[in-house]
Amino acid sequence: MTAEISAGRPRQWQRFSLPERIMRSAFYLLVVIAVIWSLRTIEIIPEFLYDAPQQTVDLFVRMWPIDWSWYPKVVHPALMETLHTATLGTILAVAVASVVSLMVARNITRSIIVNTIGRFILVATRSVHAMVWALFFVALFGPGALAGMLAIAVHSIGFIGKFLAEAIEDAKPGPIEALVATGASPLAVLIKGYWPQVKPAFLAIATFRWDINVRESAVLGLVGGGGLGMALDTALNNLYWDQVGLVLVVIFAVVIVAEIATAWIRSSIL
Amino acid sequence: MSAPHDDTNLGIAALAAPQRVAFPPNWPARIGLLVLALYVAYASTILDITWARFIIGLDHGAKFLSRMFPPDFSADKLSLLYVGMTESLQIAIIATVVGVLLSLPLGLAAARNLAPPPLAWSARALIALFRSLHPVIVAILFVKSVGFGALAGILALIVASLGFLSKLVAESVEEMSMKPLEAVRAAGAPFLSVVTMGVLPQVIPRFIGFAAYQLDSNLRNSALVGIVGGGGIGATLLTAFQRFDYDFVLTIVLAIIAIVMVGEIVSGWMRRMFQ
Amino acid sequence: MATATQAPDARKRERSLIINKLCKEYRAGQPVLRDVSLEIESRGLIAIIGPSGTGKSTLIRCINRLVEPTSGEILFRGRDMVALSGPELRTIRRHIGMIFQEYNLVERLSVIENVLCGRLGYVPVWRAWLRKFRAADIEHAFQLLDAVGLGDFANQRADQLSGGQRQRVGIARALMQEPDLVLADEPTSSLDPKTSVEIMELIASRAAERKIPTIVNMHNVDLARRFADRIIGMSKGAIVFDGPPLALKDSHLLEIYGGEGWLE
Repeated sequence: MTAEISAGRPRQWQRFSLPERIMRSAFYLLVVIAVIWSLRTIEIIPEFLYDAPQQTVDLFVRMWPIDWSWYPKVVHPALMETLHTATLGTILAVAVASVVSLMVARNITRSIIVNTIGRFILVATRSVHAMVWALFFVALFGPGALAGMLAIAVHSIGFIGKFLAEAIEDAKPGPIEALVATGASPLAVLIKGYWPQVKPAFLAIATFRWDINVRESAVLGLVGGGGLGMALDTALNNLYWDQVGLVLVVIFAVVIVAEIATAWIRSSIL
Repeated sequence: MSAPHDDTNLGIAALAAPQRVAFPPNWPARIGLLVLALYVAYASTILDITWARFIIGLDHGAKFLSRMFPPDFSADKLSLLYVGMTESLQIAIIATVVGVLLSLPLGLAAARNLAPPPLAWSARALIALFRSLHPVIVAILFVKSVGFGALAGILALIVASLGFLSKLVAESVEEMSMKPLEAVRAAGAPFLSVVTMGVLPQVIPRFIGFAAYQLDSNLRNSALVGIVGGGGIGATLLTAFQRFDYDFVLTIVLAIIAIVMVGEIVSGWMRRMFQ
Repeated sequence: MATATQAPDARKRERSLIINKLCKEYRAGQPVLRDVSLEIESRGLIAIIGPSGTGKSTLIRCINRLVEPTSGEILFRGRDMVALSGPELRTIRRHIGMIFQEYNLVERLSVIENVLCGRLGYVPVWRAWLRKFRAADIEHAFQLLDAVGLGDFANQRADQLSGGQRQRVGIARALMQEPDLVLADEPTSSLDPKTSVEIMELIASRAAERKIPTIVNMHNVDLARRFADRIIGMSKGAIVFDGPPLALKDSHLLEIYGGEGWLE
């Protein structure tokens, strides 16, 4: 009965308008070309690919049973080293990042030049991966936990500093103005005005980064950064698969424990 | 300590405080700082971190920096750089595409409101395993099982992508509204049609953003997996370090930073196009 | 009432619904439906009234198995719905249209895509994936949108519509299934009084025009009296009244809803 009203209307329906369709087709085409290009030029030996599942299973079979006897004398010290590396690295990063975040926060530092320098430090430290930093520091200080700790610290500066600066910029100006009005010194304004407001975010960022750093520091040893990674590297080079299995289990466990610990800290303290 | 601070109270307290004790000592905080200082000292000895080593390192650092500058842009190095970079890019592209394609089914299987409990729990366990393994460790395992080269890197990054994307898919599926699904089911739609018309429209817009982020992240990590034998620019970087070609190292690092920034721009552009 | 012109017997068989001793317990020992038996002939609008929580929604959802009945029989198109599963259940579900209280549209899809969702029981998955619906289906969807007064909204996103408009889309989606039975679960409870009447008019007129038996849950007695050909009153999981609107007296309402003051 109402069908006649719109009988003259074109009865076509397309999900997207023409420009949208062209854009999407172009995008899909681009993806397909990129994948084909990648697959054609990259060196994948088909035999290896077919073999991969079998080989991977073999690997785990070789790791079993795990050699627990190796834990006390080699893996436990490495585990402690990893935990200390992550913790010290985080502490150092927090100390440096606090200063840099003050440089970056525009409500504290009003100089654009200082802001920009701070921002550059944050971006530069963050975009180079901890593992690459570790390569640098191993070249400087020789292999060991010092290099790993510095790599963790430097790489974390960007992350911690960025979020800390945001937290400082989000601080409410009311209490700060009240303090300034009393004639308090700049340091007093920082400690009594900003710190109480920033503290929850500060603790959250630090614990969150510590969690990430535990994961990271467990692998830095592969390039000479000490800790569990070093133990893994040794076991791999010696083809002691039962020891490789042990280190992997320990890494897995410590990552899980760190995650649970940070979740607990976040819910109980913050 | 952790109670939220009331602005007005704080202001008044600050104004009133100077009349009495300027800043009452905060004993818990002081003890905390002392414990922290003791820990740092203790941990430093454990890690054999000494001032002397640090000074020696800084001395090395000066030489190191002088050997890094200026970065090496000679033609043969640039062609090495080009080869390594393209391989990294290819690794990242393949890993992202495969990861995206596989993460949808895995994420759906892990969503407790769609999948039967046994399937959901096994999928969740798998995702948890993928997430807790660092890409570098996964890369090492693949290098050992499929040999050195790009394939190991690709497989490692696929695992990393699956861990990240599947979890987000599962979370968005669990957060979505079930009402449209009820309607589509009532119309007699088969399960896959329920997914395409009921689930995906609710989940895809967020998923696109995550996938773009994952491309970024894979680009970054493809430099990483190379260090342990997964191919790409990481391998080039490690070789340069081992040969003490520090000026070439700087070139590579600059190139990595540049490509990561380009990746961020491209993924931002992708996100805008699909939303 | 006149019978349909072509193959009246066949159609009657297709469009009648018989419910036998239907029981539903969400938790053991706490029945929501107690031995509900009901026969619905091939046409007309049947209103189910009753207080909230009395099992109206459960009854309607048992019919197309969105809720699993605990025991009993539901005969539709010559099959026992309770015994069906998998593809057979889906095949029969496509003949039962459903309209929901909260419209249950896919908000991020366009209006016409939502209407076409009604065809998902008929079309293969790849067509749904690529949105390659048959031209005849698309044409039908446009006709239905015209019929519910939303012809110009086809390409708008569903979340841009008002409540009344969304319910119209919901109705068009149900009709898109070319159903032999329409179930409507509180279709007007989220709408204002004026829109409620319009929506009920629309449901009643579509049902009459296409001769589709329609079961509507509602708690508004006036709307039920105005639009229904038959009213079923439920209380505490059982049917306590079944008859034409004119036969529904205050004494029945007392039995259905309990209390007294609200009738004044």
